[in-house]
Amino acid sequence: MSGTNEIPLLLAYTAAACSLLSGIVSVFAVRRHPGFLHFGSFLFLFAAGAASIAAGAWTLLANITVTDQFALGPPWLSWHLRLDPLSGYFLVLLGTLVVAASLYGPSYTREFARRGAAQPLPPLGVFTAFFVVSMQGILLADDALMFMISWEMMSLSGYFLVAYQHQHSANRHAAFLYLLLAHVGALIILISFGVLAAFGGGLSFDQMRSASVTPLWATLAFAFAFIGFGIKAGIVPLHVWLPDAHPVAPSHISALMSGVMIKMGIYGIVRVSYDLIGNVRWEWGVVVLIVGTASALLGVLYAIMQHDLKRLLAYHSIENIGIILMGLGLSMIFLGSGHAILGTLGLVAALYHTFNHALFKGLLFLGAGAVLYRTHERDLDHMGGLIHRMPVTALMFLVGCVAISALPPFNGFVSEWLTFQTALQAPVLHNGVLRALIPIAAALLALTGALAAACFVKVFGIAFLGKPRTRRVAHAREVPAGMLAGMGLLAALCLLLGVFPTSVIEAMAPITRLLVHDALPSTLAQGWWWLTPIAPQVASYSAPFLVIAIIGAFFIGYVFLKRRAAPWRTGYAWDCGFGRLSHRMQYTSTAFSQPIRRVFGAVWKVEEQVETSALPGPLPRAKSIHHQLHVQDWSWLLCYVPIGQLVLAAAKRVGVIQTGNIHTYLKYSFVTLLIFLWIVS
Amino acid sequence: MLAELSLFSQAIILFAALVLLTSFIMLGQMRTMPLIFTFAWQGLLLAVVTVLVAHVSKHPHLYVSAALTVGLKVVLIPWLLHRLSVQLNMQYDSEELAHPSLLLLGGAALVIFSYYVSLPIVHLSGLATRNTIAVSIAVELIGMLLMIVRRTAVAQVIGFMSMENGLFFSAVVSTYGMPLIVELGVAFDVLVAAILFGVFFIHLRDSLDSLDVNRLNRLSEADDAVPLPETISAPPTGTHS
Amino acid sequence: MDSQLIAWAHAAVQALLFVAAAPLLTGWVNRVKCHLQNRAAAPVWQPYRDLAKLLRKRMVLAENASWLFRDVPYIVFGAMLLAAAVVPLVAVRLPTAAIADVIVLVGFFALARFFTALAGLDIGTAFGGMGASREMMVSALAEPAMLMAVFTLSMTAATTNLSIATEYILQAGLVLRPSFLFALLGLAMVAVAECSRIPVDNPATHLELTMLHEAMILEYSGRYLALIEWASQIKLMIYAVLIVDFFFPWGIARDFSPAALAISAVAVTAKLMLLGVVLVAWETVLAKKRLFRVPQFLGSAFLLSLLGMLSHVVLETGG
Repeated sequence: MSGTNEIPLLLAYTAAACSLLSGIVSVFAVRRHPGFLHFGSFLFLFAAGAASIAAGAWTLLANITVTDQFALGPPWLSWHLRLDPLSGYFLVLLGTLVVAASLYGPSYTREFARRGAAQPLPPLGVFTAFFVVSMQGILLADDALMFMISWEMMSLSGYFLVAYQHQHSANRHAAFLYLLLAHVGALIILISFGVLAAFGGGLSFDQMRSASVTPLWATLAFAFAFIGFGIKAGIVPLHVWLPDAHPVAPSHISALMSGVMIKMGIYGIVRVSYDLIGNVRWEWGVVVLIVGTASALLGVLYAIMQHDLKRLLAYHSIENIGIILMGLGLSMIFLGSGHAILGTLGLVAALYHTFNHALFKGLLFLGAGAVLYRTHERDLDHMGGLIHRMPVTALMFLVGCVAISALPPFNGFVSEWLTFQTALQAPVLHNGVLRALIPIAAALLALTGALAAACFVKVFGIAFLGKPRTRRVAHAREVPAGMLAGMGLLAALCLLLGVFPTSVIEAMAPITRLLVHDALPSTLAQGWWWLTPIAPQVASYSAPFLVIAIIGAFFIGYVFLKRRAAPWRTGYAWDCGFGRLSHRMQYTSTAFSQPIRRVFGAVWKVEEQVETSALPGPLPRAKSIHHQLHVQDWSWLLCYVPIGQLVLAAAKRVGVIQTGNIHTYLKYSFVTLLIFLWIVS
Repeated sequence: MLAELSLFSQAIILFAALVLLTSFIMLGQMRTMPLIFTFAWQGLLLAVVTVLVAHVSKHPHLYVSAALTVGLKVVLIPWLLHRLSVQLNMQYDSEELAHPSLLLLGGAALVIFSYYVSLPIVHLSGLATRNTIAVSIAVELIGMLLMIVRRTAVAQVIGFMSMENGLFFSAVVSTYGMPLIVELGVAFDVLVAAILFGVFFIHLRDSLDSLDVNRLNRLSEADDAVPLPETISAPPTGTHS
Repeated sequence: MDSQLIAWAHAAVQALLFVAAAPLLTGWVNRVKCHLQNRAAAPVWQPYRDLAKLLRKRMVLAENASWLFRDVPYIVFGAMLLAAAVVPLVAVRLPTAAIADVIVLVGFFALARFFTALAGLDIGTAFGGMGASREMMVSALAEPAMLMAVFTLSMTAATTNLSIATEYILQAGLVLRPSFLFALLGLAMVAVAECSRIPVDNPATHLELTMLHEAMILEYSGRYLALIEWASQIKLMIYAVLIVDFFFPWGIARDFSPAALAISAVAVTAKLMLLGVVLVAWETVLAKKRLFRVPQFLGSAFLLSLLGMLSHVVLETGG
């Protein structure tokens, strides 16, 4: 049997090799020969993605775990690799997004290959390749050494990708902040691994798994892992790097970062708490639930206030990570209280949402990139009417918006439904306070979902509907077919994962059996038409039926109503009799979010200024009205600015020893020599 | 489980929840007259609970307590407060709460806290009304919250009375009432307190020209008084606020 | 197999009945309101005549209407039709109730609202944007209250399937549940907000600056307007039937025998008529609130639902 078991590992190696080849080919992709980048490196990247999907899918469907070892580096520290269902699931996620990005990339990067572009072309391909290889390495790693090396490589290549358009100082700042926080996170993760390695007697994950860790140290290891991986995932208040870094990278890289890189944080949390530490405690679940709820709510509230499209999408990533953490928290609470099946359900909900988010966030970032490609606009208040100019992009983007707003029958709805069903099972717990708090968390999840829907009505409505607000947007054209193919693949997957949830959950059963030694028994009990995670009489949802009903209703409506319709007459929009409306009369994105800003005012630091200059004369008429609105993130002002000031103050204090005077330095050497002589004697 | 209890026990639980609801209504009610009426309603609902508990537990002295509650907390004290408000011309006053939603959510948090605190007692108690102990503690705590947050003196008195309501409620559901002598004593203490509050109001009005208790700050030795937000008082002729 | 087929046939008939009877409920509400306000009332079937008139009329579209604008009425009507199919009107034990539970029902409403708001933004007038922005704010604040009320009910019945929950409550008999009382009040307030009734929105207003729901659909005419109006009428009826099902389910048919169905039809008609009268009394007594007082209204609804959930946890299942 080891023959067929080796195939997924070989596929994984092929994937890594193809990524590296993609990087090597990119070295030759200078501006005079952009074909190397477009057709060479992206082709290899496509192969890498496809191989990753194959490797992951094989592992999941065959339910196998394969290990391997490389003797690189020092002889007592070899590199362990392991491909098990959890890694396989995330490999499928990675591969899907890499495939979509490689379909999208060739047309998108044409902009960087133009004559007048300010940055060289090879680094883009090279660092993308390293980025993908490092993420594959993280997923395959079976010891702390390989994991940390891959993690650092991912952070570094991410830095170069974020700083790719380095001519703008804002991009450089964003990249620096990203690197700083990534390193702080890596240090904290290292401490967590250190604790586990101390108990396990070695760096390999197998030793950590078999270690028996005392509850206190287990909690400490979990806390460090949660904070460290949480920095990468983007939990509040450790998220400040995300809204700066994701928007400035090239759009297909933003899709990869938001879709896959922050999921590496989730992978780390799941791997450390469910696999390496083993017995999960319910108190951890409460902390994860609270942090997840706060991240979800604050993420979406900050997102609503943004009018930069990519920054808005970055804040939504924070919100969705919060939702994933809510599922994980519920799972930990139920597992820690002894309800294995409900814990499995929570884990399934969280992992399902991870995949869903990768798909629709990737789709949305690719769509934002398509708009950016044609109009060079990132500000929502400069867009408008794109549904007429870019109809296919608009349709794909609409699919992404509907999916992220958790509306049936798309995939976002299924994972939120599963999370709600998990929360609804709270009455089985003995702890009364938890039984009261979990429904409150679920209600806050409902609030988050409704606010996300409001935000995406705003995004799609302001960007694609209405009238164009600038000249460039009024003359936009549809994007090339490659970009449409990348987006179309993700949109189709969004629909498929929404319509066939039972099959997906069945495919995830090996993961839950590996981690919690249980699976959802009744999922397939009614057949693949029905999703009944707990029991049919408790909750059931049939997405295929729903889609059939929708198609049937549409068909009936078309036959009876649309075909017999007289063609419509075109007229003016209703203008209250004041005359023709210009594009300035439409709602802007700031205007759309104003009611929510007034209701939830305390969440942001809002500074609003209105200056009117009046025309002279008896009647009050305004010559000009100047409105300024600044909405800032409280976390930055309350957490990071004080920390930064503290560090600077401490550095200044320490800097006193550096006087520049040679006599002082001679005195230091003299005193040190005396002390050493005294100690030695 | 609820369905297994008798109809009277279910009614006890229902009316206990309604008492909690009146507590929340008082917390969010900004106008003076409806506040007094809600307090009267709370007293009435409390009396109904007492009668039901008397019927279920077969302690006839609780009927007397219920009658006392009706006489004092539903009729006498609200009437006194109403008369006082009319006398001091503040029956149309209302105050602006900064964040009413936050206050109500704070009340909800107090309910969860009371539940957490009363869990050991609930496990030990064998009475049919043990589930309502948490509600009674919550009514007390919300009464205290009312006293802390509100600025008008009438609201503070109502908060105090509401705390006493909660105390009485706790006594009824945890030990089927206190000895009658104790209850009579407490009831007369409350009555005396109401009368004293009335006298106090008149003096306060005379010395400070307002019943905003924040103005008591002015009695301190500090030179700079804290600037105060005003309570709204309506114009004296028939316009309601 | 036979009984399955009968059940599905009943479900289909019930859904069609739902859709057909929705304008009747609106007509009844309008008639009672006219009587209460001392005006001459139109007959109860006036909404049917309005819908027929609109369906006959030719549509006028603004110049920059997109395919989304033209498709939204069908999407909204379809979502409401699907929602109506899963709510038990005259009989429980519906096979369709297993397709979508109450959370999916909320999802259907959210879907309809999402696309209506997009249609409001499509033409590019200020009114559409205003309606869309206000409606999304109100619905965002109403969601947690609705879900909390639904959770309270689902925790008692241990299911989110509407048919099974209704049957459970029916079988339990007369039980005085404070959680249900609070959930009823909370759900009623949320229903008022979602169906755009007073005090959140005035369904009969013609002043654009006071509109929430009407402003989003201002540009629709003819067949599109007919479908959207019908969809809002179905939504009102769905909320009314939800309240009747969860809180006053007595009389609903538990099997498909003609006698039970007849009794159930009479019972549900009587209950809906009574609920209509209560709604009209509420709307006549209250005035429409200004927009930024609506968050307080919805905050009270959330508080009531929260109290309901806390009553359930503390009072009904404690000990």
